[in-house]
Amino acid sequence: MLFFENLLMAFSSLLTNKMRSLLTMLGIIIGIGSVIAIVTVGNALTNSITSEMSDMGANNVVIGVQQREAEDEVDESGKRYGGRINARDMTDNDLIKKEYIEELLAAFPEEIKGISIESVLGTAKVEKGRNYANVRIIGVTPGYFMANNTKMQSGNELSDKAYMEGKSVCLVSDHFVNNMYDGDSSKAIGRDIEIEMSGGRKYFVFTIVGVYKYESQGFDMTATKDVTTPVYIPIKNAIKKNHAKGFPSITIITAKGVDSDDFAFRVKNFMNRYYHNNRQFTISTFSLAQMVESMTTMLGTVSTAISIVAAISLVVGGIGVMNIMLVSISERTREIGTRKALGATNGSIRTQFIMEAIVLCLVGGILGILLGLAGGAAGAKALGYEASPTASSIIAALIFSMVVGVFFGYYPANKAAKMNPIDALRYE
Amino acid sequence: MNRGYCQIGLHNIFQSMKRKKKNQEITIEDISNTAPDLVSGDDNIVIDMKHIIKRYFIGQPNELEVLHGVDMQVRRGEFVAIVGQSGSGKSTLMNVIGALDRPTEGEYTLDGVDMFNAKDKDLSAIRCKKIGFVFQTYNLVARTSALKNVELPMLYAGLSGRTRSRKAKELLEMVDMAERMHHQPDELSGGQKQRVAIARAMANDPAIILADEPTGALDSHTGRLIMDIFHRLHEEQGKTIILITHSPELASECSRILTLKDGLFIDEKKGSGRNAVL
Repeated sequence: MLFFENLLMAFSSLLTNKMRSLLTMLGIIIGIGSVIAIVTVGNALTNSITSEMSDMGANNVVIGVQQREAEDEVDESGKRYGGRINARDMTDNDLIKKEYIEELLAAFPEEIKGISIESVLGTAKVEKGRNYANVRIIGVTPGYFMANNTKMQSGNELSDKAYMEGKSVCLVSDHFVNNMYDGDSSKAIGRDIEIEMSGGRKYFVFTIVGVYKYESQGFDMTATKDVTTPVYIPIKNAIKKNHAKGFPSITIITAKGVDSDDFAFRVKNFMNRYYHNNRQFTISTFSLAQMVESMTTMLGTVSTAISIVAAISLVVGGIGVMNIMLVSISERTREIGTRKALGATNGSIRTQFIMEAIVLCLVGGILGILLGLAGGAAGAKALGYEASPTASSIIAALIFSMVVGVFFGYYPANKAAKMNPIDALRYE
Repeated sequence: MNRGYCQIGLHNIFQSMKRKKKNQEITIEDISNTAPDLVSGDDNIVIDMKHIIKRYFIGQPNELEVLHGVDMQVRRGEFVAIVGQSGSGKSTLMNVIGALDRPTEGEYTLDGVDMFNAKDKDLSAIRCKKIGFVFQTYNLVARTSALKNVELPMLYAGLSGRTRSRKAKELLEMVDMAERMHHQPDELSGGQKQRVAIARAMANDPAIILADEPTGALDSHTGRLIMDIFHRLHEEQGKTIILITHSPELASECSRILTLKDGLFIDEKKGSGRNAVL
């Protein structure tokens, strides 16, 4: 019945003391604003990390050779010593060998969708007239493109035949085409490139069959023109040239529906039997899903911690609201007395002042949300991410500011409601 | 023996009737719907006070009795003045009449409603619908237009916005304040404020208008205008008005003058009416 009237009264009394209202709301504005800003930035960060990771393939399980952790040694007296590590470089014997991979594929035919192996041949600077491009020549398996989500721009992918026979064909990046052929892919495809490896000891020729889209990985400090982009060749061809006996790491693309965490664990157990007798090296596996999860959890923890701090500031803001409501009520004692004389019940006086506190907090909350969204957008932009505020955080902020209003408005409102009309009317 | 039995029976019936009356809760509906003659014996008596005692307890030893058993009856359509020196208990009596305070002892029936046993909520409803207050210091709600001020009692009575606005405009026209209805109290003169306050007192068409020194803060000319409005309400609309004042001149204009001294009425005389002064 009195809802609308109370709302109007609340707004008009808010506007009567604009400066005071604004100062009172400041606590709420800052509290809500910081929560919204933090959630917006945190969410932007999480989203960007998650999407980056899933671009890289959240289903991938990376298997790598890793230095064993030193085991503690115990002397005769039972005293423990940090174990010594006989650090030595990885030798050909420590690498993941071709046979291991074949056995792995045979052991998990259902789970493995593809396998990505790379074998680096080396870096080089390709030059032709005044044009040049920095490249790293990498031999890859067909699974590599799947694992890294590499997209073709023009031409063909490396053919099955090329992989089988280890042909001297290659894929170059769009960046390479820009540098060498003024961005015209048609000029590049079919062309032979002559590559003299850094150090000048080796000299190779590859035929370009396709151009892929290069995506820079994270922050690249080099000048755009000098960026080193990969040139992909069939792994067989690379092995012919670098005589690699194995690989320090391989990536498995798991089939759909496979729990990559669980699979990583099983693969680790499977692979470790080749390393039982290896004192220095062992196999470790990790899935990107694991990493994404731990990153998200970490970000969530940070957001929660900061939100708690913001909540404390909201409580402080709420106390400010309560304080100003008490002041307002003592200022308006005669008004309260008059209203009671005119027939206002205790309940309607209470409702009026609670409403006023709620409106105060809600307006503060809305201003805080606007401020937080602006701040969050600016923060996300500064970090280079796309701001993504969540509806749930905005709704939660609104509800929370209303709750603060009710909670801190109740005591003053109740005080007003319980005033004796005679005393209130006589109040000077 | 037979007769004695009868007496006991009758006594019991009376007791239970009394009890029932005491336990009855008075709701807003009761107040507005019940015909007064069903509850009170005399339809014409608006205020019926019997032996009203008001004590304040400022700690047990400092018990202070302000009203020592006041009897008062006001008939419908009367214009009664209550005069008395300051400290005579005028304000306390006004608070009791106006349902702002309860008597410590005694019986008080206002327009057929038993005030002694009314709850706080009932008292609010009674103030809202049965009593129109006019204060010496106007007590208009600040930062609220004249129109909204007049609407206030109707708001608490639960009237719709449109009805409130229409009635408030009519009332402001009646006191010649229609042109100023959108002005706020601090934009009005004392006399204008008091006229708005009278319009507000009339809002729910109350059984009595209770005016506490309504001209006390005004110059004599403006005070005269305000008194004329009260006379008009009394004569043209037959309103029951209780005027509390310490001015014998103003009191003499009323139809009846009650003099309060030390918490008791010491004198009652007929007033000479408005024309005697004019």
